[in-house]
Amino acid sequence: MIVRVGPYSVRLAPRALLVGLALVLVACAVTVAALSTGEFTVPVPDIVTALFGQGTPVAELIVSKLRAPRVVTGLLVGAAFGLSGAIFQSLTRNPLGSPDFIGFTAGASTGGIMAVVAGGSAATIAGGAMAGCVITAALVYGLAFRGGVQGYRLVLVGIGANALLLAVNSYLLTRANVNDAATAGAWLTGSLSGRGWDHAIPVALALAVLVPVCLRLARPMRMIEMGDDAAKAMGIRVEPVRAAAIAAGVLLSGVATAAAGPVVFVALAAPQLARRLTRSPGVTMGASALMGAVLLTGADLAAQRLLAPTQLPVGVLTAAVGGTYLALLLRKDRH
Amino acid sequence: MRPAEDTAVTAAEAAEAVKRPVWAHPAVLATGLVLALAVLALMAMASVALGARSVPFSTVIDAFVAPDGSNDHTVIRELRVPRTLLGLGVGATLGLAGALMQSLTRNPLADPGLLGINEGAALGVTLALGVFGLSDPVVYVWFAFGGAALASVMVYALASAGRSGSSPVRLTLAGVALGMVATAIASAILRMDTQTFDRMRFWLTGSLAGQTADTLVRLAPFMVAGLVLGLLLARPLNMLALGDDAGKALGVAVNRTRILTGVAVTLLCGAATAAAGPLWFVGLIVPHAVRAVVGPDQRWVLPYSAVAAPVLLLGADVVGRLIARPGEVQVGIVWAVIGAPIFIMLARRKRVAAL
Amino acid sequence: MPDVRLSGTGLTLAYDQRVVATDLSVAIPDESFTVIIGPNACGKSTLLRALARMLKPKTGAVHLDGSVITSLPSKEVARRLGLLPQTSIVPDGITVADLVARGRYPHQRLMRQWSRADEAAVAEAMRSTDVAELADRIVDELSGGQRQRVWLAMALAQETPILLLDEPTTFLDISHQIEVLDLCADLHEAGRTMVAVLHDLNQACRYATHLIVMRAGKIVAEGDPTEIVTPDLVHEVFDLRCEIIPDPQSGTPLIVPESRRRVSPATA
Repeated sequence: MIVRVGPYSVRLAPRALLVGLALVLVACAVTVAALSTGEFTVPVPDIVTALFGQGTPVAELIVSKLRAPRVVTGLLVGAAFGLSGAIFQSLTRNPLGSPDFIGFTAGASTGGIMAVVAGGSAATIAGGAMAGCVITAALVYGLAFRGGVQGYRLVLVGIGANALLLAVNSYLLTRANVNDAATAGAWLTGSLSGRGWDHAIPVALALAVLVPVCLRLARPMRMIEMGDDAAKAMGIRVEPVRAAAIAAGVLLSGVATAAAGPVVFVALAAPQLARRLTRSPGVTMGASALMGAVLLTGADLAAQRLLAPTQLPVGVLTAAVGGTYLALLLRKDRH
Repeated sequence: MRPAEDTAVTAAEAAEAVKRPVWAHPAVLATGLVLALAVLALMAMASVALGARSVPFSTVIDAFVAPDGSNDHTVIRELRVPRTLLGLGVGATLGLAGALMQSLTRNPLADPGLLGINEGAALGVTLALGVFGLSDPVVYVWFAFGGAALASVMVYALASAGRSGSSPVRLTLAGVALGMVATAIASAILRMDTQTFDRMRFWLTGSLAGQTADTLVRLAPFMVAGLVLGLLLARPLNMLALGDDAGKALGVAVNRTRILTGVAVTLLCGAATAAAGPLWFVGLIVPHAVRAVVGPDQRWVLPYSAVAAPVLLLGADVVGRLIARPGEVQVGIVWAVIGAPIFIMLARRKRVAAL
Repeated sequence: MPDVRLSGTGLTLAYDQRVVATDLSVAIPDESFTVIIGPNACGKSTLLRALARMLKPKTGAVHLDGSVITSLPSKEVARRLGLLPQTSIVPDGITVADLVARGRYPHQRLMRQWSRADEAAVAEAMRSTDVAELADRIVDELSGGQRQRVWLAMALAQETPILLLDEPTTFLDISHQIEVLDLCADLHEAGRTMVAVLHDLNQACRYATHLIVMRAGKIVAEGDPTEIVTPDLVHEVFDLRCEIIPDPQSGTPLIVPESRRRVSPATA
């Protein structure tokens, strides 16, 4: 489907638009459910009044202060993970090329644990995670660089870094005192509980800057999926595009990890699920972000409600998502 | 038809080409293997003698010839000796398992830990201990075998799914993904059960400490079975190295060799993981180093790997005991810190891409 | 030089530390069908990659229309010079039409993603490569010959006056090889400059208007195949004794190799 206005033209895929719309609706439904249900049920109409400060004080406290920040953080973090996964799967040309496996998430964890051990506040832990992620990415990129970064080399060097950092993480955990180890352990499973607006805002800012960057990079990245030579022949400066894409992907997964801890497998599963729904060739950025948001908030809602009153960490649920996803890859890709 | 003298020349040329360098002569290689065994014996002694607790060497000797029940003697007889034997067994099994996997998949990056097989076994053990409350090693090792077998099949299927077929990178990535999912599920199970979690925390990062002599004795038959089966596969694997079709043309039963290798790998990885937790890189680096010395003949690569790996594993374990006195660093962590940079170095080499 | 748009001077070409060619100079005559040929590992693909700016020369420079090629904006070069690489990756599940349409990338912008010119170029490219009826098929499911024509269509959709092809006939059977080469000849006739790396000397002689013969990183001979291809040249370059007779189809040189031993018909 092509929309032309004067000299301008935009290509739109109707199916992708429909899927996007459907995902937005699902996200809205999950949001409403998360705002309304729980130990204290707030009827749906009251949510709106509470959000606009017209409701009862109790409803207002629960909806605006407790539940809304958590849901919004979940939506934003999920979108960031989804986008980041889309970037790395496109760069590595592999449906398993997720930041979870190539060291970035592990690096963020290392930074976070170090901050916990150093007795940091929530803000320091977030900063530590961000720093850990960026430093790891810089090292992996540097080590994988040999007159350009080939996707496969990025994956392999990243896997090595991942193994090293996982070992460092368990070393830090066994060295830490009991309280720190417990705090770090809880943070490491990834959780959205107790997230406030101060967690959501940095992610929102990062998305505001990086989403346009990603959309700009989407077209050249699609060309790079056909091979470096083919992309260069089309006039794409492959290495700068790739470096920019890696930077965007790392910042997204770093800022998301800083807010919610290393929630694994959202970045892995979201892009491919989105791709299969839209039936588009290659990875789609927008749908991946929406899918990430839906997956994470959905998993968080399930984690809160499945075994209520016991609350599971959302990381446990996303691990199940990861397992299901691998099974799906096995089933679907076989010819 | 080719004239006769032509064939003769070619045969002579061929003989010239396959003339082996001195060090690749069987007698030299056999001597080398004996030397390696001697080094292993020395390393085992070091592992008994050295540790977080300093024990004078004479006391170590006394612990064997004239045990007096003193604290030092107890530490040596009941902690260090089982631990050393465990290191020997786990090292040999993982070294051989890695060599077998690299040979079977023709993938220089294959490793039981990296490809998720040890993690699969660990998930099996976690299920047995955490969910079903089974604590007899002879029982839960079967869960480890089940997990390892399932993981091997899945990782192979994952890597060869899609049209481009399996490549070292795809296989490695599939293994890491599978391993992370298995680990995540295992930790989720453990998180629900604080008691088991506490007991298994160290095991989950790979450790030689904390297993009793009894566990070792009960797991040993499985390890030995895996070692024997694995070593017997050297000849057919040599033929398969030329490709499945060439192997078939040379009379190798390709599928049977594959399945038997899979069984051997499962036995080796399952037993090793049940004993020491999921260890990475032991099976990756040792066969590489061995091949660099003895060449590509699996009849030598396999036994050398089985001997060299425990040398390095025990060495790493001793280092882990010495660097953090009075505590210790688990051998899994020491291995990852040594192994990851070597892995990265291997990955940076261009040749990997061409495979 | 008005009749040369693409040229390289004093090129040293190397992958990492491995030097493939030193002090290589080459000029591609405009509106020619140039074929680069030589034994394995002589540097012919490397030269083509350098001309297509895929490989940065260690010394020397490639010029396009009088400017150093690396100084021109990348998209600008892509509107003048196209390349069919030796290996490309088919994205999962892409259709023929989508893949060919990607050839329009250098003509597009974020806000001009699909002009009528794009549409016309893609239709024309698919028509001339005879893949129009495959438009909605998934590229993965095509045969090797069809797939190669699709890639060629993508390069054509780029609408560049110069088109470089890196071994366009590898992996194709003989009829598809001729099909692709005939297509290249048609494109050449329609006014494009074609540069191809080929393996088959006879095909090169038949289709090239300008032949560049390489050995061990050096250009041994270049010019009209009918004038330069001699038994001595073939011996020098390929280390092969041969007879040369006129191609009964085209009159171009046809190489008939000599065998070390007497060949007799199978049944006498």
